[in-house]
Amino acid sequence: MTEQPLRREETLGGFIVHGIPFPVNTDPEALEFLKKMTPIQIEQGYQITYLHSYGQDSPWFAGLTNRRLLANRDPESGYTYATPRGHDMASGLRTDWIDITDLPARVHAFTVCYFGSQEFLPETPFILALVEFEGVDTLLLTRLMGLDPQKPSLDWIGMSLRPRFLRNSKLKPTDVYFVPA
Amino acid sequence: MRTVYVLSGGVSKFAKTRPDKTFQAIVKEAYDYLLEDLGLDQRTFTRLVDGSVASYFSDHFARQLMAGIMAQDYLGLAPKPGHRVEGGGATGGICFQEAWKSVASGHMDLCVAYGFESMSHVETWKGNEFIALASDVSFDYPVGGFYSGYYAMMVTRHMQEFGTTVEQMAAVSVKNHINAYYNPYAQKRNRYTIEDVRGSPMVAWPLTRLDICVMSDGAAATLLASEEGLRRLEEAGAHIPRPLVKVTGIGRGTDAMRMADRPHLDYETFMHEYASEQERSSDDTRRYYKDLWERGVRYPGVHSFRAGRTAGNMAYRMAGVFDPLNELDFVELHDAYTSSEIQTYEDLGLCRYGEGGPFAVSGKTFMPGPDYGLDLKEPPQCPVNPSGGLIACGHPVGATGLMQAVFALWQLQGSIPRHFNDPTLQVPEARRGLIHSHAGTGTYVTVSILEKEQ
Repeated sequence: MTEQPLRREETLGGFIVHGIPFPVNTDPEALEFLKKMTPIQIEQGYQITYLHSYGQDSPWFAGLTNRRLLANRDPESGYTYATPRGHDMASGLRTDWIDITDLPARVHAFTVCYFGSQEFLPETPFILALVEFEGVDTLLLTRLMGLDPQKPSLDWIGMSLRPRFLRNSKLKPTDVYFVPA
Repeated sequence: MRTVYVLSGGVSKFAKTRPDKTFQAIVKEAYDYLLEDLGLDQRTFTRLVDGSVASYFSDHFARQLMAGIMAQDYLGLAPKPGHRVEGGGATGGICFQEAWKSVASGHMDLCVAYGFESMSHVETWKGNEFIALASDVSFDYPVGGFYSGYYAMMVTRHMQEFGTTVEQMAAVSVKNHINAYYNPYAQKRNRYTIEDVRGSPMVAWPLTRLDICVMSDGAAATLLASEEGLRRLEEAGAHIPRPLVKVTGIGRGTDAMRMADRPHLDYETFMHEYASEQERSSDDTRRYYKDLWERGVRYPGVHSFRAGRTAGNMAYRMAGVFDPLNELDFVELHDAYTSSEIQTYEDLGLCRYGEGGPFAVSGKTFMPGPDYGLDLKEPPQCPVNPSGGLIACGHPVGATGLMQAVFALWQLQGSIPRHFNDPTLQVPEARRGLIHSHAGTGTYVTVSILEKEQ
């Protein structure tokens, strides 16, 4: 068995500081003063890459890359989900895939985001919308294009839409977006 | 189940950033306040208390897993039983109810509920990203994950269905900010006008920066007890004011994480499964709702929170509340957005669905003392967010629901003037209050009712 060295290896990096104030002598008075010290704050980076699986919802993303918008339907009741759902909420049965690409679609609700989460700040302002489809029971969250984000209006609700697909798929739900029909 | 009393509470100062202390020490600020109000020192209290529940939302904000046990040991509560709860924005409300369960079930006689969040360790927009991870990361987050955007979509639908206006929403902001002007624990103590709210930067149309709560660092703690726990404390010398405050109603509801998945139910299902007893018993209200449905309204859609309605109905049944507006003396509700305060008026039955906008500017939800600079037609009836709510107090997520419990306790004790060093926010003759905690887009909602003993 090899003994470990007595010293840890010194490496470059970390924080460059130029004199953090500290008492010259650690006498009782000086140690008491430390309770009045301002906090030291340092940066801690954190980055990680996940291998995310779309699991049973994967065919929906495959559909987008092939310019088809899929949905799920309960085989028993016919209840239809615009956002994929592998099992029906009520029956618990495995749902079937259906193609809703060409169904009439309308704006159910929307907003224009002028700010956003850090990842999406470069894309602001962008329009988020919940889309309703004829004969489909639930909605789909998507981006709207072809409207002026500086002139939002409640009149947009009910507007007829059609889907468009990215040619260069990113395998994300933003591979489909909607524009006025 | 046994009677559960709320005996003491404490809050730290809520602030944009608290680099002066670690999260454990901020929790201790609230905890020490609780102990001081009881009149007990830590050694005595530690000997008596049976256990705890810890509340914090996000492991991302502090980049620290198991933060709950770090607070537990800092408070000197180890090795007593404890656990952490998490349910998004409702984490604090869930924590309060889990502590209630511990006592009501007989498992504990004294259970302390403490909560905290340190949201200042990242930039605001990174914080928004962390919060948005509490939406479906396959289908919602990648489209433009942003909670203000989600709530803004809900309110555009509310506006479309019911005619709710941005000025009505702004009135909520004015009310809550001006209330907080008298609350020394609040993060934002400013007087705003409707014009200020509408003129502040647009974040997600139609919500401006002053329609939206801010991120905060802060903590809160409260103590729940059985009769035996009360006896134990008083034998040890605790000062507990009479009349006592007890929990008389507990309710909780849930809904689909993706609001796109929420149902759009017919009139009959709504009346049968979601209408309150008060609504069902009124011919006028049944006709009113029938008309709404004939105009195309469906429930809950994305304009209403059925989790909130479920939680409210459950708590009202337990507490014997039939007419919330007239039987509650105040409400502290989860106003992460002015729009969600209006939506919640309806869920809690303070007014009917669709009437939240006019209700917001009626005057009924305002405090009697402050000058709001608004033309309010009716006198205060049931002040909502007399503390200033999340919009003005701040929203350190894990602490928020417990902050509401502490402020509700102080209202019912009549001790707001002492704790706030100002009598303005004391609700006159407060006997029964409601606290409401709500997780992202209405996924988890808790409602708890606190009452002063007769």
